[in-house]
Amino acid sequence: MALILECVIVMLLVISLFAVLGLVLVLMERKVAARMQIRLGPNRVGPKGMFQTAADTLKLMMKEGLTPDGADKFLFNLAPFVVMIAAMLIMAPIAFAKGFQIWDINIGVLYVSAVSSVSVIGILMAGWASNNKYSLLGAMRSGAQIVSYELSAGLSIISIVVLSGSLQVSDIIASQQTGWWLFRGHIPAIIAFVIFIIAVTAETNRAPFDLAEAESELTAGFHTEYSGMKFALFFLAEYINIFIVCAIGATLFLGGWMPLHMGHWEGFNHLMDYIPSSLWFLGKTFFLIFLIMWFRWTFPRLRVDQLLSLEWKYLLPISMFNLLLITLIAIMGWHF
Amino acid sequence: MAFLKEYISEVYHAVSSLLKGMRTTGSYFVRPKEIITQQYPDNRADMKIPERFRGEVVMTHDENNEHACTGCTACELACPNATIKIVTKFDTTPEGKKKKALDTFVYHLELCTMCNLCVEACPTSAIKMAQTFEHSVYDRNQLLKKLNNPGSKLRAGVE
Repeated sequence: MALILECVIVMLLVISLFAVLGLVLVLMERKVAARMQIRLGPNRVGPKGMFQTAADTLKLMMKEGLTPDGADKFLFNLAPFVVMIAAMLIMAPIAFAKGFQIWDINIGVLYVSAVSSVSVIGILMAGWASNNKYSLLGAMRSGAQIVSYELSAGLSIISIVVLSGSLQVSDIIASQQTGWWLFRGHIPAIIAFVIFIIAVTAETNRAPFDLAEAESELTAGFHTEYSGMKFALFFLAEYINIFIVCAIGATLFLGGWMPLHMGHWEGFNHLMDYIPSSLWFLGKTFFLIFLIMWFRWTFPRLRVDQLLSLEWKYLLPISMFNLLLITLIAIMGWHF
Repeated sequence: MAFLKEYISEVYHAVSSLLKGMRTTGSYFVRPKEIITQQYPDNRADMKIPERFRGEVVMTHDENNEHACTGCTACELACPNATIKIVTKFDTTPEGKKKKALDTFVYHLELCTMCNLCVEACPTSAIKMAQTFEHSVYDRNQLLKKLNNPGSKLRAGVE
């Protein structure tokens, strides 16, 4: 009985976190974009436009959820839920604060990289079931992109696993007690971090890697045929995935909920301990989210061949060589 | 080895150029004072309109209700889409000579593309571009304007 109650509470927490994140991240994206393009952004609904995304959600809920005639009805309606469930599953091993974790599984990092591949199935399902050539092409592009960039994301995750010597998320965080891996692992850790950020930007299908969405050739990619709440689920999953990959990046490279500690500065370390661990985690995650938004509103997008050559000719060889260096550092104990 | 050198320099140039771009957008992000958006209906009282904004053609009149238009029709000829129609009349000078002068300057705002060619063609700088832009009306006849004020006449000394 208690177990069921626990499950229900966790479920409600995850769902409400998703709803809040969807509202906050979309608003944040629009505001950040506006500031970077020297304009104001949403500013009419509520104080400083704070309720803009809530109003948008309300609008989406009232819209008709149309299913095209020629579509495979079952798969078409299933696909958005597959994408959402894949996003929900990755939430499990993420530590939001000290001792606040849904499932501290001993292969946490492996689990994350395995489950994150499941969302490709949802995307391909949506593209195929729509029975629309644009959707199918967009889904194929998305799939190719996610499959290829998973390699270098995985390799940079492995480099942190090599340094910390564990796949368990709580162990990885505990190993960063004396300093974050980004600083302790010398330059190879920084290279791994940069590659990780690039790869996850591509995996979440965001600009400059948003090839699945090409208005003039593919319209909106795999979710061209979706409308109303089913479209909203895809849209939400996109932003939830950004949060998740940034949370993983913060956990692996920036010490998760661990406060910033500087060698032997006792006073400084003590002061940092006063900031609650949940704030540390959210602060780091939102910093990474901001970084990814910054990319989106700065960089020109890549062509599909440039996208694949970036991965296979640059990121993959560099991250393989980098992994070798990190292994050397870990074996020789050269890290701080 | 030359291949490796080229490869590394390619990566270096890519990263440095991307960072340059990020510096530009990042600097805009931290300087919200530079936002150029104007919240139009709210700031009607203190709107900032650029000097060269072209809203409509007007004729300048001085305090004696005198303008500088001689009725030469240079603007009418310059106009690419027949927006301007000059109606002339003949004035009698004190010496008893007949002289051509402006009767009505007809301006079709609904046809005007604000190309500024008439203002450039005017030899006496009688017309200019105004910055007003709220031109919507319910009847298109209201867009047909007479630019010279009733009872106005040619300023003395303008040929």
